[in-house]
Amino acid sequence: MIKFDHVTKSYEGGINAVKDVNFTVEKGNIVVLLGPSGCGKTTLLRMVNRLESITKGTINVNGQNSMELNEIDLRKKIGYVIQSNGLFPNMTIEDNVMIVPDLLGWSKKEKRERFYSLMGLIGLNADDYRKRYPNELSGGQQQRIGVARALAADPPVMLMDEPFGALDPIIREKIQDEFLHIQREVKKTILFVSHDIDEAIKMADKIVLMRGGEIMQFDTPSEMLAHPKNDFVSQFFGKDRAIKSLSLHTVKKLQDIIGLVEFDETIQDTKTINVNQDLRNTLSMLMNQEADQVIVTDDNGRQLGAITIDLVQKYLHFEIKGKPSVAQKG
Amino acid sequence: MNTKKFIGYSVRFMIYALVIFFFIWAIQNQYFNYIFSQSSTFLVLLRQHIEIVLVSSLIAVAIALPAGILITRPRFRKAEWFVSMIVNFGQSIPSLAVLALMMSILGIGFKTAVFALFIYSILPIFRNTVAGINSIDPNMVDAAKGMGMKPSQILFRIELPNAAYSILAGVRTAVVLNIGTAALAYVIGGGGLGVWIFTGIQLFDNGYLISGAVPVTLMAVLADFLLRRLENIVVPKGSRRSVET
Ligand SMILES: Nc1ncnc2c1ncn2[C@@H]1O[C@H](COP(=O)(O)OP(=O)(O)O)[C@@H](O)[C@H]1O
Ligand SMILES: [Mg+2]
Repeated sequence: MIKFDHVTKSYEGGINAVKDVNFTVEKGNIVVLLGPSGCGKTTLLRMVNRLESITKGTINVNGQNSMELNEIDLRKKIGYVIQSNGLFPNMTIEDNVMIVPDLLGWSKKEKRERFYSLMGLIGLNADDYRKRYPNELSGGQQQRIGVARALAADPPVMLMDEPFGALDPIIREKIQDEFLHIQREVKKTILFVSHDIDEAIKMADKIVLMRGGEIMQFDTPSEMLAHPKNDFVSQFFGKDRAIKSLSLHTVKKLQDIIGLVEFDETIQDTKTINVNQDLRNTLSMLMNQEADQVIVTDDNGRQLGAITIDLVQKYLHFEIKGKPSVAQKG
Repeated sequence: MNTKKFIGYSVRFMIYALVIFFFIWAIQNQYFNYIFSQSSTFLVLLRQHIEIVLVSSLIAVAIALPAGILITRPRFRKAEWFVSMIVNFGQSIPSLAVLALMMSILGIGFKTAVFALFIYSILPIFRNTVAGINSIDPNMVDAAKGMGMKPSQILFRIELPNAAYSILAGVRTAVVLNIGTAALAYVIGGGGLGVWIFTGIQLFDNGYLISGAVPVTLMAVLADFLLRRLENIVVPKGSRRSVET
């Protein structure tokens, strides 16, 4: 758990980068700091592991006031991932990943075992990568290693500053999915900086939307999309925020709540879509008119019914706009 | 074969041919004779030469490397321009002026020669240490700090290994320059192979000149070669390629 209590940061020269910020990242949750460039996201994140000093207020990490801890010990208990992964070119991948365990004095055997289990977790072959150097890896691989390194000593809390920001869109989405998958397993308490709305909606249990060092709204993604607190929030998410919110819902949810329609076996030109696909992708598929009929299938390929634009619209209208409480993250 | 390559090969071939021609000419005229006929003197001069170079280079490394490290610490960074200015100034004084100045303080001989060369070695080593450390991606240091590394751990595990290539290049420049410049030690009675070179010049005796100058040149080439080999040992594999490209 990370708890911010009236946290303020003033840089020399009177710039208030963070102004009286209050919110809590609950245990096992991902909170995304979102906002335009220069709004204080990085500063706020770096105050948690005391890479930046706290001008006013307190930050509690797992119930302890961060200022009362030795900063070196504090940092070893907090995973840290940055955009330019910051891997050390002079060390092998194994040495890079095992930095914090090494600092903590783990034995060689413990480190080796941990390395293998971590590489398994992030889906890379440990033997292939162990002796290689960071400059031999692609950007996506380096970023996965960066994540593994932050997880190495199993810290309860992780700080991630635009960790996937430098990757191209296709790889970024893939790594986001992988990371959410890992998070389901490790359940870390994560503070995550992003300036990408779609990334925030996808990753966050809750979003902190900031402007000029202040919090504009602190809410779940669906709540923020459905009920923006002020003009800044609604403008920030844009006119298409209803459509954006569709990415928080799956076809399955639609099926559970309003049901699918019967499919017509006489129509030849059909396409199928997985029931776990999100509604935003489904909608673009329907809008593109890639086929006369879109059939929903489950993981075993069983045909459950057909989906139409009308159904999505109905769902959007009744379930998202009308009853925001239905919209929960799966 | 493209034109560039062709010119490159021809130039190299011409240089090799010239060197071989030079050696044949020198051997035919028995210009290397002094090395064998006065071998004990030669060995004394050679030893003096090596000593001057080694001692001055070692002291220079011992002072310039820590100075470069110190000035790149956050606490002292603001003073970098000032220290660099002093070091640059030291470099801009002509060698003979330094020798003359040192002679009036330390007298003539070995010490003065070592001191003068030491002054000249500081700049390349200091400058390359600072440049090497400054060229390290600040994000890397930030990541190290954020993971809980202490400043000393960051220095020895991250900064120095990644700056090793640049630092060694500075040492190599200094040593190779020193081997040549140490010939001037003769002028202040510091000994070394400069004794034969200057005797040769004064007496128009090609034998002395060549018996002194060729070993100095070979020493410089050998030192350069050995220090490049050392690079392969000291510079970590992963940071080697990134420097070369
Ligand atoms: N070291 C610093 N000194 C002075 N001002 C700074 C410093 N670091 C950041 N700032 C200022 O603080 C504000 C917030 O910066 P930052 O937290 O990096 O924003 P973000 O990560 O949201 O883009 C900016 O106006 C920036 O110029
Ligand atoms: Mg930032």
